[in-house]
Amino acid sequence: MIQWLKDLLQSPPQSLSPGWAQADGGGRADPIDTETPTLARQLALVIDLNVCVGCHACVTACKQWNTSGMAGPLSDVNPYASEPTGTFFNRVQTYEAGTFPNTDTVHFPKSCLHCEDPPCVPVCPTGASYKRKEDGIVLVDADKCIGCKYCAWACPYGAREFDDASGVMTKCTLCVDRIHDKLLPEADRKPACVKACPTNARLFGDVKDPNSEVSLAIRDRGGYALMPEWETKPANMYLPRRITPAAVGPEAQTPGEISSNRV
Amino acid sequence: MFKSLFSEPANKPLQDPLVSPNPTSQTTVKCTTCYMCACRCGIRVHLVEGAKGPEVRYIDGNPDHPLNQGVICAKGSAGIMKQYSPARLTQPLLRKPGSERGANEFEAISWERAYQILGDRLTHIRATDPKKFALFTGRDQMQALTGLFARQFGTPNYAAHGGFCSVNMAAGMIYSIGGSFWEFGGPDLERSKLFVMLGTAEDHHSNPMKTSLSKFKRAGGRFISINPVRTGYSAIADEWIPIKPGTDGALLMALLHELIRTDTLDHAFLKRFSNAPQLVVLDEGEREGLFAFDPDPAKGPPGDGRNPHNKLVFDLTSGRVLNAYPEGIAEGCDPALDAPPEGYYTLADGTKVVPSFALLRQRVLSCTPEWAQAITGISAERIRLLAQELGHAALTQAFDMPIAWTDAWGKHHPTTQARPLAFHAMRGLAAHSNGFQTVRSLAVLMSLLGTIDAPGGFRHKAPYPRHIVPNYRAFNDPEMVKPNTPLNAAPLGFPAHPDELAINPDGSPLRIDHAFSWEHPLSAHGMMHNVITNAVKGDPYRIDTLMLFMANMAWNSSMNTMTVRDMLNRKDEKGEYMIPFLVVCDAFQSETVAFADLVLPDTTYLERHDTMSMLDRPISEFDGPVDSVRVPVLAPTGECKPFQEVLVELASRMKFPAFTTATGERKFKGYTDFIINFEPQPGIGFLMGWRGENGDQHLRGAPNPKQWEAYAQNNCVFHYTMPENMRFMRNWNRDYLDFAKEKGWRQRNDPVQVAIYSDTLQAFRLAAQGKSKGRQPPDHLRERIDTYFDPLPFWYAPLEDAAIDTNTYPLNAITQRPMAMYHSWDSQNAWLRQIHSHNYLHVHPSTAQSAGVADGGWAWVESHWGKVRCMLRYSEAVEPGTVWTWNAIGKGDGAWHLAPGSDEARKGFLLNHLISEELPLPANFGAAPGARVSNSDPITGQAGWYDVRIRIRPAEPEEPHQSFPQVDTMAPVPGVRGGVSQVMRFFAGKNKP
Repeated sequence: MIQWLKDLLQSPPQSLSPGWAQADGGGRADPIDTETPTLARQLALVIDLNVCVGCHACVTACKQWNTSGMAGPLSDVNPYASEPTGTFFNRVQTYEAGTFPNTDTVHFPKSCLHCEDPPCVPVCPTGASYKRKEDGIVLVDADKCIGCKYCAWACPYGAREFDDASGVMTKCTLCVDRIHDKLLPEADRKPACVKACPTNARLFGDVKDPNSEVSLAIRDRGGYALMPEWETKPANMYLPRRITPAAVGPEAQTPGEISSNRV
Repeated sequence: MFKSLFSEPANKPLQDPLVSPNPTSQTTVKCTTCYMCACRCGIRVHLVEGAKGPEVRYIDGNPDHPLNQGVICAKGSAGIMKQYSPARLTQPLLRKPGSERGANEFEAISWERAYQILGDRLTHIRATDPKKFALFTGRDQMQALTGLFARQFGTPNYAAHGGFCSVNMAAGMIYSIGGSFWEFGGPDLERSKLFVMLGTAEDHHSNPMKTSLSKFKRAGGRFISINPVRTGYSAIADEWIPIKPGTDGALLMALLHELIRTDTLDHAFLKRFSNAPQLVVLDEGEREGLFAFDPDPAKGPPGDGRNPHNKLVFDLTSGRVLNAYPEGIAEGCDPALDAPPEGYYTLADGTKVVPSFALLRQRVLSCTPEWAQAITGISAERIRLLAQELGHAALTQAFDMPIAWTDAWGKHHPTTQARPLAFHAMRGLAAHSNGFQTVRSLAVLMSLLGTIDAPGGFRHKAPYPRHIVPNYRAFNDPEMVKPNTPLNAAPLGFPAHPDELAINPDGSPLRIDHAFSWEHPLSAHGMMHNVITNAVKGDPYRIDTLMLFMANMAWNSSMNTMTVRDMLNRKDEKGEYMIPFLVVCDAFQSETVAFADLVLPDTTYLERHDTMSMLDRPISEFDGPVDSVRVPVLAPTGECKPFQEVLVELASRMKFPAFTTATGERKFKGYTDFIINFEPQPGIGFLMGWRGENGDQHLRGAPNPKQWEAYAQNNCVFHYTMPENMRFMRNWNRDYLDFAKEKGWRQRNDPVQVAIYSDTLQAFRLAAQGKSKGRQPPDHLRERIDTYFDPLPFWYAPLEDAAIDTNTYPLNAITQRPMAMYHSWDSQNAWLRQIHSHNYLHVHPSTAQSAGVADGGWAWVESHWGKVRCMLRYSEAVEPGTVWTWNAIGKGDGAWHLAPGSDEARKGFLLNHLISEELPLPANFGAAPGARVSNSDPITGQAGWYDVRIRIRPAEPEEPHQSFPQVDTMAPVPGVRGGVSQVMRFFAGKNKP
């Protein structure tokens, strides 16, 4: 956990009204538990930047599933007017790196990374922000959320979106209402974005299971965490670009050696 | 565990995400086919019960559909917002009497009145002068029906949008290898090792390309993208090769130069499967540049585009001239590809001839990598290395597959040779006035390395490969247009000879769009972008009624948009509109709706039947033909009627022969009845699956009354997988050729020899040179045809360059289609417009700084023809001589039921205003001063969108921060769905939170 949060949680509460300070034993007497055993199971996404073409399938597949689902509705403000803006759990941004002609263009999908040590959870005053023991998914309990937005400030990834119309925080649910639903065909028990992605750039599974598709991908293809310096231990991982060089000419390599160009 | 500021137990949420049964995931599922673009993926539409009936809960990809196998793109996943868009037209509309076109003043009328108005008018036109009815379609995936309608009506003035889209890609390849990209063929990425993509942003064959490209990369394939811009697919290329727009032909010619210079060729392929060894006449005269032939009548007519087999070769083994077939391909014969030391062979009658390949070798001599470097901006060294890479992939990394096959001449091949080099190319090559020859050069390159229909290379999709040149009944005589008589010809096709052109005896055009005239003879897809201009000029004649289906001609689908809008309103000296009656058929309130006299509201794709037919633009796989349908999953909204139903209704009311029984009764109840029972040939209909009275015959059979049910029960798709021995080398595969003829995909079963040399083009050139008998072009077009109808590919600068001062306008401007929008059709979609509500001009920083414009700043972009004001964005992912934007994002104020002042209107912009639909005919071509011709490829009439040249200058600080030009605000029309609020909280079904 990042230092500022540790400091915050360890300092005694100040300027809180007596009612708040007294709830459930009041104040913070215990030191922060930094030795929590890790979860047995952590579901997560692995995003393969080597094949993402920025098509936004994951963006609208997520929107349509969730707006009419347990986390919805996901509102849109000015949907048919100037400066439309809406709640989306997953967005794709495209970045450029380098200068012409050696420019890299990177399509970068980002949604909640379901951190193992999520700063959005301890800052929540009502307990609406929580991480499930069973599978590590971080969720918002909309019935407890008071819309203070503290969690969004705590999240270094900007993964949470406040839904103006409903007055509560929203975020990727890893389609928790699909993946455990036994009434859906088994092949459909995966997040909407994973099912939609035309390049199969989104992998889904248990990163604690060493033999899962996601764990193998991370291991074999150098999966890496986003902004690890924030110490949130994100569960979602990204797979880097891999360049296949020419088979002839000065850059040719013998078979089996593939140079990797990490982006 | 995790401690919050308060220790409310986290494992007892008030809102249980796992309540079971989950009321929001229990849905009724109906399969149909997406229509958000032309990819046509299989989808599952999940419905829940709403307050007023079923509502769409979500749409996902159908895992059992061969095309998309369960994936779905951004547009497909946003289909809900298309269905429920406030911009939906729901009632037929008639322009209020006394109101002006473009003022958008309509009254809602009944369908019966609409049919009566339109039916009466069309009946009158049909009885007097049928060509005064012009039918042009934009979103054309029912061309078999719209084409049939036009043909039965008796008008030649019909086309879809290909002429302004990418006809160069279709024609350039079909005239060379008998097939093309998109749904007609594509790269076999499953077996390829090197994939080169040129000039491609997004494409029709969208999801399958994404799926196969991902697998290709993960299997270690190398992906090179050649494009002025690095976006979309190019982002994941292993190498991006920036190139100047319109110069790909120079690159390709230089690659041909290198391959031929280093003899990196598939000689066996060229000798047996192409016309490379066939002998071309050198002597001046009527046959100059055409293939020599055996005059013995038993050998058939002289070899040409329609009858390609009576040709000659020089056999190196015996040292004699032989017939190309059968002696020329017999065991032991080795046809020469090159000229002998003297420079030619001599026939018995003294005629001097050379193999056509020798002429290609001569052609590419001057096309050195250094020459190409100066034109393309790609270093000569890179070009040489690229040629090496191509040759290595195709020939050195070639492998054999244990698939035996028999070729057209009976030779048994125990294995199939793979050529693991694949290409894909799209509009970046096609949308230029030099596009046809550029695409030809790509097709020749693919052929020199033997990749045509080989595993790992380019593979056709049924019904291709087609004959070079595909057969059609040409419309070539004004007498063919007769009142109340179907046209005994196809309005569109592939001409092989000047006799097939749609011209009068004096050489002037027969069609309103001048397609198939001497101005652009091989305009196989028509020229929609010319229609309005020509109709208003009365060139070659005035028309009465123009019917547009899903074509936004008053906005993004026209060059020179503001002038086109003005022309739609232009009146003659009597005060009548130059185009008296305009019918617009669409599902949404587009900019063009404002100009209509009659508006017919179409349904969305979820409310209709449809066919993706082999007679049209099917969705076949490499391994076999595929066709599919749409079935309605929702009832039509308001008074919307599917456009095909409207056509069948009109055709029936007007008693077109194909729609009327022998006793004068209506033949088809409606569209579904028509699809089941209409047979252009015995046993062949629009749909090939589950034919026969019992639904047990595929590909060919009697009509099956329950055919629609069969499709609906089978994921709305029929997929036939051909046996292995028929899957490759199909231009020359005996079993496949016989099969294709038997199933009605081709009229003949003779092999389709690759045309390295296009004698078809030479036939037109000879006419221009005055050397052939028969039809010849008007004098002012002779030099133009002589120049461009070169039987060998070559690169020339786009025609715009000669018409303007390239020092004043030094930059190239192009557009790309984004993956999350389909032309103009998605600004009415609340979700998709949040991804693209406005567009910028992307410019390299050095270019923008030289012009003095800041990142995000407002600028004027000016061409010789027009100007726009827009915002700039700096980008390193574009070559410095090019600027680009996403196409069609800019909208007219108020169109698509967007609020006045929306981003699309105020900040969005079109490049179209910079592009002229006409260019002056250069004086050095002998044209009269002031003569003009379409801004198009001189061979195919393809609109030269990406030829435009511009300059940039900063907007003045006091100028308004909005794009220019602006148009008057369009108010919502009667019956438009509406129902907009400032906040939308979409939740399908009754169980709202």
